[in-house]
Amino acid sequence: MARITRAGSARPMSGGFELAVWYLMRLTALGLFVLVLAHFTIVHLIYDPAIQKADWIAARWSSAAWRTVDWLMLSFVVFHAFMGMRTVVQDYTTGSTRMVLTMLLYLVAFLIFAMGTIGLVTFPDAVKVAS
Amino acid sequence: MLLRYRGGEGMLAWAFHRISGVAIWAFILLHVLDIWLANVNPKVYDELLTLYGSPIGRLMETALFAAVLYHALNGLRIIIMDFWPSVTRYHKQLWYANWVLFVVVGVVFAVQIMAPAFGLEAPFRFGG
Repeated sequence: MARITRAGSARPMSGGFELAVWYLMRLTALGLFVLVLAHFTIVHLIYDPAIQKADWIAARWSSAAWRTVDWLMLSFVVFHAFMGMRTVVQDYTTGSTRMVLTMLLYLVAFLIFAMGTIGLVTFPDAVKVAS
Repeated sequence: MLLRYRGGEGMLAWAFHRISGVAIWAFILLHVLDIWLANVNPKVYDELLTLYGSPIGRLMETALFAAVLYHALNGLRIIIMDFWPSVTRYHKQLWYANWVLFVVVGVVFAVQIMAPAFGLEAPFRFGG
């Protein structure tokens, strides 16, 4: 197989971490192609987001299967989005700026993943909002 | 600038992929935070939803789907060329095929999302 690509970024020749990231970007991309488009179809085409109040989310997440699917989507998207941003940072910065921004990205990625996971796991089975 | 630079389709495909990617990343931050809010303060979240359901909110929702759909289709094109490099010969044709799919699928979503902003019934009824 010719080791060239004309789109995206070229497959790293060095192996190791960068090659693993290269493959994982494509693996998560395939997962997200299915998960995100299905998610969008359900919450934007079949149902109007305007009706999706907290109790709607609670009803959806009363199913452990939906929580699992959504957590898988969260994991994939955090990896894919933040590693994608890392590529952007590496394209436009060098030296200590690149270092600081990359570390900042990892930190925010961890926070978002933690908040997403905690929010998803602890979401109550039913929400009562007095209005 | 993007259109005058003589990079051709491949360069535009790359630029749109990057712009849509960064935009989606920003939305992911917002989306994790709003679901967090739904958990800790459902009342405030329910109020926020009226903003999402407003005409401007729906316009941004449509823009988000455009970004997601483009990124998904072009991403698939990249993967195909990465693993079957001989297909790279037809990278322009693949990109145009992407746009055909983008318009066909995009119109359905855009009409469904935007209809309520014009006081119209959402055209596709799935029992939702």
